[in-house]
Amino acid sequence: MPIGNPDHPDSTQSADFFSLRLFIAGASPVSARAVVNIRAICEEFIAGRYELDIIDAHQQPLLVQQEDVTAIPMLIKKSPVPIKKLIGDCSDRAKVLKGLGISY
Amino acid sequence: MAKSKNQLERRSTGTIPKTLTGISGLDEITLGGLPSGRPTLVCGEAGSGKTLFSIEFIVKGAMDYGEPGVFMAFEEKAEELKANVASLGFDLEQLEKDKKIRLDYVHIDRSEIEETGEYDLEGLFIRLGYAIDSIGAKRVALDTIENLFAGLNNTAVLRAEIRRLFQFLKSKGVTAVITGERGGNGLTRQGLEEYVSDCVILLDHRIINQISTRRLRVVKYRGSVHGTNEYPFLIDDEGISVLPVTSLELNHEVSTKSLPSGIAALDKMLGNSGFYKGSSILVSGTAGTGKTSIAATFANAACLRGEKCLFFAFEESPKQIIRNMRSIGLDLQKHLKEGTLEFYASRPTLYGLEMHLVAIHKAIRKSKPSVVILDPITNLITIGSVSDVKTMLVRLIDFLQAEQITVMFTALTLNNIVNEQTDEGVSSLVDAWLLIRDIESNGERNRGMYIMKSRGMKHSNQIREFVITDKGLDLVDVYLTEDGVLTGSAREARMLMAQTGEVIHAQAVSRKDRELERKRKILESKIESLRSEYESAEEELNKVYVEEALKKQIMGETINKIADLRRGDESGKEKNVNKKNK
Repeated sequence: MPIGNPDHPDSTQSADFFSLRLFIAGASPVSARAVVNIRAICEEFIAGRYELDIIDAHQQPLLVQQEDVTAIPMLIKKSPVPIKKLIGDCSDRAKVLKGLGISY
Repeated sequence: MAKSKNQLERRSTGTIPKTLTGISGLDEITLGGLPSGRPTLVCGEAGSGKTLFSIEFIVKGAMDYGEPGVFMAFEEKAEELKANVASLGFDLEQLEKDKKIRLDYVHIDRSEIEETGEYDLEGLFIRLGYAIDSIGAKRVALDTIENLFAGLNNTAVLRAEIRRLFQFLKSKGVTAVITGERGGNGLTRQGLEEYVSDCVILLDHRIINQISTRRLRVVKYRGSVHGTNEYPFLIDDEGISVLPVTSLELNHEVSTKSLPSGIAALDKMLGNSGFYKGSSILVSGTAGTGKTSIAATFANAACLRGEKCLFFAFEESPKQIIRNMRSIGLDLQKHLKEGTLEFYASRPTLYGLEMHLVAIHKAIRKSKPSVVILDPITNLITIGSVSDVKTMLVRLIDFLQAEQITVMFTALTLNNIVNEQTDEGVSSLVDAWLLIRDIESNGERNRGMYIMKSRGMKHSNQIREFVITDKGLDLVDVYLTEDGVLTGSAREARMLMAQTGEVIHAQAVSRKDRELERKRKILESKIESLRSEYESAEEELNKVYVEEALKKQIMGETINKIADLRRGDESGKEKNVNKKNK
């Protein structure tokens, strides 16, 4: 379920377009928190230039293996490079921004 | 699979069901394998063989016991792992294709990860659960889960999650092996032993006198009896082999069958039959007394009977032995070609004592010989103390006796002190002990052999001279004289003297015989003349008797006639008389 600006072209090449993937585990409280937190951050800092895939790990175990997911929730920044993995419910806003490489 | 299950049921002693690991020797120590459906912790230092242990557990399960397995690697990438175990003949690629195993590499790099808040390891659970369900795995190996601690900061979460992981594995009903790095005060760096409470195996890698020995110990096994000792193990081209338990009981089968030694005279000394089958024989002696020759003769005899013989050479190369034995008329090459004889030559210093034992064990298991030769055990002392060697030999003898294999050791006795040590160390263990001793006299060194002991046999107490000829070995009687024991040329001389004496004696006897004959003849002729003398005397005597009788008769007749003439009244009588007279 891609979230973000639907008008924006799929420009993964673009240096400032964020392609994010969030692995959650069902409707656990920590997963729900993570979804809320990351959405808020994205809307606040990179509104309109991101896509966020939210994946339920239970539904896609193969993808979990491919992406080498261990801890959940895990946010994977596919682009811009470098690929970065953020684990946790994204409640530490400073760390999330640092991890995503967003200056504020 | 049915077979393995039967075996499992047979072997498990208590209520705990066990899973055979397929690692040779380990299943004996644990009396049937690891606890089924429970996690087992395998811990050890770097390079102690943990990863190999876990992968072998998975692969053997998949290949030999029909139990698919999941291997989750936290250290090595799947490709690396495949390459590493390919040398053991494990084709992980193929097994993975056949859905017998599943490899999963979990990589956590601290530099790539930012912790932004609360989390758990649900991802790991999902992966593991998926892998297990996708192939119906019965076995799981996690190698090494402690690496998580290096990648993640929140140890409180990690501990809680690892505890949950073990619960998860139990609920899945898989038999799991979890490896852990040794360190800190406990068995593992992160104290994993707290969570895995059912079975803990410790691997060790020790270096004594620059020779490394790997050891394995079952630290704990809840609800089951297990061997508690440290067992040496070997990693070679067939994976791990653990030396099984020295059987604690002395209850092995014994045989009354005997095996000829190959030296007829020696068999005679051993109550006419040779050594008992399944017994252990020690041949000791100083350098150059022919110990190897005796051993080779014994081996040769076994091969000629068509029995299999394993020759462990710690001193000479097989080719050397074959060449040398040809000089005493033994053609070992032939047996080698026919496959009845096998050589295992290695330098004692190649590996530790226990490793030798494991190697010997393996070789014996593989070729199932009926006769085993160790030549010589003395060289093993260079790599271990006397007591170590003794312990090793006890275990070896024990194993061989259980398998009904006859073993012959040779031991070099350097000087008296070492001699006593070595020999005494082993002598109480062996069933028969042949001692070859140098007898030095008259500027010669000769070999004397005697049987120090031979359990359960009416053996000779004689010291025999032991000779090596180009036709083989033989024992000759030692000459005991007032001057002491005679051997070698002194014996030959004495034998010659005795022979000469015999001839002279025979000569004397025949002369005496002839004289006797002559005497007899003389006497006989004397007897003859006496007899004729007697006969003539008898005749004389008889003549007198006859004449006397005649005289009497005539006299009688004359008297009657006169009476007739005087009285003629009795007519009848007279007629008669007349008639007679007419």
